Amino acid sequence: MSWHMSTIALLSKALAAKQVSSRELTSYFLERIAKGSRWNAFLDVNPALSMAQADAADEIRANGLAGPLTGIPVAHKDVFVTQGWHSTAGSKMLSNYQSPFDAAVVAHLGMPDEQNPTAAGMVCLGKTNMDEFAMGSSNENSAFGAVLNPWNPACVAGGSSGGSAAAVAAGLAPIATGTDTGGSIRQPAALCGLTGIKPSYGRVSRYGMIAYASSLDQAGPIGKSAEDCAWLLSAMSFHDPRDSTSLADSGENFARYLSQAWSEPQMRNPTKPLSGLKVGLPTEFFAEGLAPEVAKAVEAGAQLLAQLGATICSVTLPKTKLSIPVYYVLAPAEASSNLSRFDGVRYGHRTAQYTDLQEMYKKSRSEGFGAEVKRRILIGSYVLSHGYYDAYYLQAQKIRRIIAADFQTAFNQCDVILGPVAPDVAWRLGEKTEDPLQMYLADIYTLSTNLAGLPAMSVPCGFNQNNMPIGMQLIGNYFSEARLLQIAHQYQQATDWHLRQPSEVT
Amino acid sequence: MKLDEVQRIAHLSRLELSDSEAKAILPQLQAIFALVAEMQAVDTSGCEPMAHPILFLRDLAQPLRVDQVSETDQRTVNMRSAPAQEDGYFLVPRVLE
Repeated sequence: MSWHMSTIALLSKALAAKQVSSRELTSYFLERIAKGSRWNAFLDVNPALSMAQADAADEIRANGLAGPLTGIPVAHKDVFVTQGWHSTAGSKMLSNYQSPFDAAVVAHLGMPDEQNPTAAGMVCLGKTNMDEFAMGSSNENSAFGAVLNPWNPACVAGGSSGGSAAAVAAGLAPIATGTDTGGSIRQPAALCGLTGIKPSYGRVSRYGMIAYASSLDQAGPIGKSAEDCAWLLSAMSFHDPRDSTSLADSGENFARYLSQAWSEPQMRNPTKPLSGLKVGLPTEFFAEGLAPEVAKAVEAGAQLLAQLGATICSVTLPKTKLSIPVYYVLAPAEASSNLSRFDGVRYGHRTAQYTDLQEMYKKSRSEGFGAEVKRRILIGSYVLSHGYYDAYYLQAQKIRRIIAADFQTAFNQCDVILGPVAPDVAWRLGEKTEDPLQMYLADIYTLSTNLAGLPAMSVPCGFNQNNMPIGMQLIGNYFSEARLLQIAHQYQQATDWHLRQPSEVT
Repeated sequence: MKLDEVQRIAHLSRLELSDSEAKAILPQLQAIFALVAEMQAVDTSGCEPMAHPILFLRDLAQPLRVDQVSETDQRTVNMRSAPAQEDGYFLVPRVLE
């Protein structure tokens, strides 16, 4: 049985019907990970530990205590700390780090225990590759090498959650966790032909999630369908008193609307399930810089939503272009502060030769961090330094408020916003590494939702002439994840883009 | 931005950059700050800075927990990744002469 083609919704049914055990599934995927090392999607596996978890899951099922996700394997982005697997965040700085605890997301998805009696019972397959400290859009900034795109190994998988996306696209994991600070779930999902959702800021606990830019970071799933993402997000989202930004009412069943019509619980007209839905297309998202084939695929996606009953209208997000400088001031500023903890004293890389504390800090950090991380720390220190703080940092925070307000104006005219995820399909490895600014500009459609804290998702909507996947982005108002997933699910009932498999993957 | 400024912020960042590294990074930073300069054209008078999306969304009281011991002693496991240690303490170069 080729389980790697299956959604987790199908795996859940197969496990419940005793067609397969978690032990068999886990060993199946561990074997695929071992054989699929060419993608460089995983940074660490621990087969003995994964198998022990699978056995525990099978026992839970034998005792009649299984939930919908019990025994289903999941891969975690290496930004989540884990006991038993390395937790490097893609950095040499943390190459030998052993976490004394599990991140909240890892614990909550893993095996139930005294601390987490309601944990989902999923089996951890290992840790996925990523851009160092989640800084990057191509996964080429990993200290452990780039991830290759399963649709074309000469191309990038996207980033920063590139390992998670490649793992799912190559069938090495049925689903994976990711994090999104400026598009790091949505963009690799789009570039690898997958579905991914970044929930509203505050939905998912960031306890044990190695911090990049704390006012923007948020975790979410990357999977094969909106339904799969709804299931995983439901298990990932809960109130966690250990994260001061975790919302008190964050837990929710995000799958509750999936099979409903937009405007009524009963679907009176099955051919028009989205009747009553108003979809806004921001003119700025279809302006100069968007590849014509991507524009065509996203417009066709809008057409299909219209066929399903939705009304399409035009909206405006006037500060879209400014989201790039605003983000590349605020995120590095927060990063320069967050990454000051890496000083070579308590954990992390320490240089071999030093005479005093100052030299130890400087050499340890310079050896431990890669080029992009250093670049962002320098930008951050600069914009926070005396004389520049008002002009850069405060000005960026003020424009951030305007960007968030512009979304609210748009949501007065529509229920969701639709646009591209990225200006083009996956580019060739090495194509943009010499010019960091080119890489930053490619984040134009994803940054503004992080700045505003809104939920947004990536849904496969076609391919270009070279058979590279294209993703469309659905942006919703705060806490509308279940509605976004409903729209995406209805779209995926009428299309099969999300089910296509790369020919390189067998 | 000039070369001596790159070295100044490198020091503030506790990063060591060789002269050739600093020279290589300067044009990249200049290009990024040329883009950042576009922000200056925006009229933000009367606009409050937004540090955090939740603050935009709702007035959120900073949650407080009861001030009590919740963790058991984890010293051994917490020090497992320390680069240098002795008798349960982190070792650093001498700071005071």
